[in-house]
Amino acid sequence: MTSQALVFFILAFISIASAILMITRANPVKSAIFLIVNFLSLSILYLTLNAQFIAIIQVLVYAGAIMVLFVFVIMLLNLQDEKRLSDKFDVKRLIAFVLVFVVFAQIAIGLGKSTSGRFLKPADNSVELGKIEFIGEKLFTNYILPFEITSLILIVAIIGAIVLAKRKFE
Amino acid sequence: MIPLSWYLFLSLILFTIGVLGVLIRRNAIVIFMCIELMLNSVNLALVGFSSYIGNEIGQMLVFFVMVVAAAEVSVGLAIVIAIFRNRLTVNIDEINLLKW
Repeated sequence: MTSQALVFFILAFISIASAILMITRANPVKSAIFLIVNFLSLSILYLTLNAQFIAIIQVLVYAGAIMVLFVFVIMLLNLQDEKRLSDKFDVKRLIAFVLVFVVFAQIAIGLGKSTSGRFLKPADNSVELGKIEFIGEKLFTNYILPFEITSLILIVAIIGAIVLAKRKFE
Repeated sequence: MIPLSWYLFLSLILFTIGVLGVLIRRNAIVIFMCIELMLNSVNLALVGFSSYIGNEIGQMLVFFVMVVAAAEVSVGLAIVIAIFRNRLTVNIDEINLLKW
């Protein structure tokens, strides 16, 4: 086994384990911490795919900004542990597992058919693609319109968050 | 070298865990976190395609997905806070005003 495959398997194991721990912890703060671990392992996976800019943005935006917001809101609301997680058996949960298995099987069959024997190694220009100067150049030339619309989305989100959170207690 | 399908299967597994979390959890904030997990798994697939096919469209899309995710989280958490003020709970079984 090559060192690249070893790194991939370690990172894949960390990300899957932290995701499973995230959805099974009753305490929301522990869930948030495991989600941060998952984001960091995904960031290193982006580095193995030669996407340097996306890896840095992943740490800054997701593990930094978004998760701080989550932890801040959890702290603000002073939440208790979830009780229903400890139930032994539940018909709704059984249906959920069946549905999830169907989704998994469908996509897995599609993936197995479409990618077998193709895309065995990264493209030759993949190192060039992930560099910040290349992405910045593309962002301000070919993708300038979506980039400007991004500012519109952010201003709508800011105004919406203020309007929703400012409302007085009824 | 690692084939692209490994990354795609990892992305699929993470996405499925996210769907499962949305279905079995009852805490609105944890459901939001599961949605973030699903968005991230799709980002992984997009970056993988971008790197293996050799064009930049996937990484551009990931950039915009992150912007939309940031906006979605800020508005969503504001909604959660507004609901908590009115009902003093974030358990989605007890938030049933629109149910009939």
